[in-house]
Amino acid sequence: MQRILLRELKIAFRHRAEVINPLWFFLIIVTLFPLGIGPESTLLARIAPGIVWVAALLASLLGLERMFRDDYLDGSLEQLLLLPTPLPMVVLAKVFAHWLTSGLPLIILSPLASLFLSLNFTGWWGLVLTLLLGTLTFSFLGAIGVALTVGLRRGGVLLSLLVLPLAIPILIFASSAVDAASQDLAISGYLAILAAMLVVSVVLAPFAIAAALRVSLQ
Amino acid sequence: MLQALNLSCYRDERVLFKDLTFTLSAGEIMQIEGENGAGKTTLLRLLTGLSRPEEGSILWKDCSIRKPCEGWPQQMIYLAHLPGIKQVLTAYENLRFYHPNATREAIYQALEEVELTGYEDTPVANFSAGQQRRVALARLWLTDATLWILDEPLTAIDKWGVKKLNEKFTEHLAQQGIIVLTTHQDLPASTQPIRKLRLSGEVE
Repeated sequence: MQRILLRELKIAFRHRAEVINPLWFFLIIVTLFPLGIGPESTLLARIAPGIVWVAALLASLLGLERMFRDDYLDGSLEQLLLLPTPLPMVVLAKVFAHWLTSGLPLIILSPLASLFLSLNFTGWWGLVLTLLLGTLTFSFLGAIGVALTVGLRRGGVLLSLLVLPLAIPILIFASSAVDAASQDLAISGYLAILAAMLVVSVVLAPFAIAAALRVSLQ
Repeated sequence: MLQALNLSCYRDERVLFKDLTFTLSAGEIMQIEGENGAGKTTLLRLLTGLSRPEEGSILWKDCSIRKPCEGWPQQMIYLAHLPGIKQVLTAYENLRFYHPNATREAIYQALEEVELTGYEDTPVANFSAGQQRRVALARLWLTDATLWILDEPLTAIDKWGVKKLNEKFTEHLAQQGIIVLTTHQDLPASTQPIRKLRLSGEVE
């Protein structure tokens, strides 16, 4: 598993453009809102949670296909299926490696996003916690969609139609949590629900992804 | 050791093969022949367990490969038409991933066998098609698998490489290995008799 994780990180590091492009996309969407709406900080702070989260979801979606597409095209995916390691474990390592290069950088960029949207410090901290739980869950949910559509020639649009509806619960709870945090309210309830979603997806998604990959490569 | 029992495969209402039964024991090599689209790759993928046959079953040491079997899939290596080699990684890193227990010397030795000395730390993206193919084939020098399933291993390989590969096949068969392969080229004459399976034909 560690071997797969290291290999994925190495590949991502050498394909830097593919990792960085979704992050630019995230920053650009976030900067477009103050430009479009005007610099009124109370209004921006009011809508900031929703904007940041929608931008984060779209940016994650952009990098999602990278997870299995290249492996499918160069035949590595078949070889991964034939490894002695159980496929759900292989998948778990791959999804986690993907999150390290897609979700984690979003958290690192979150202070900048908060600054653009006049989010206060507690709001930013709420954003960090929800991004931590939410993007990881989204990576697992999205991986099921990627695994199902990897064999299709133009799976991109289908992928977003499949995956974005599944992300609605994450969006609702995460943006409410950031909203509450920015008003100095307790957010542990929201975080508990997001954490529950994460636990369920970490436990169940690898099996679903493994099954979907086997079907795609049939 | 490898048994295929009554395999049938249909593609869009068309019968690729029906009631295909054969047994391969230690030290045997089988070449699958057939026109393009005859189902050669499909048959190989069935043997690896990547796809499921519509009917029939495949046994490895009398254990169906659909169930967890001892030594499966560790005792099998499948080199597909797509080599499974990462373009951004170097030849060494690619081989290291598939063979984590191999020593550094063993990997360098394997690359030497396929004439890639001096290219160990070059990203595979800079290689020619034949050289990329050779990186995948270098796995044959590193693996301790008994069953080799090779899809068109001779594609894009020059005469010298074919000879070298053939020597490796002979060595593997002498060590009680089993090889199943597809190829359009004729294998050079060797001491081993080659069993031939002609799809849409009969087993010899």
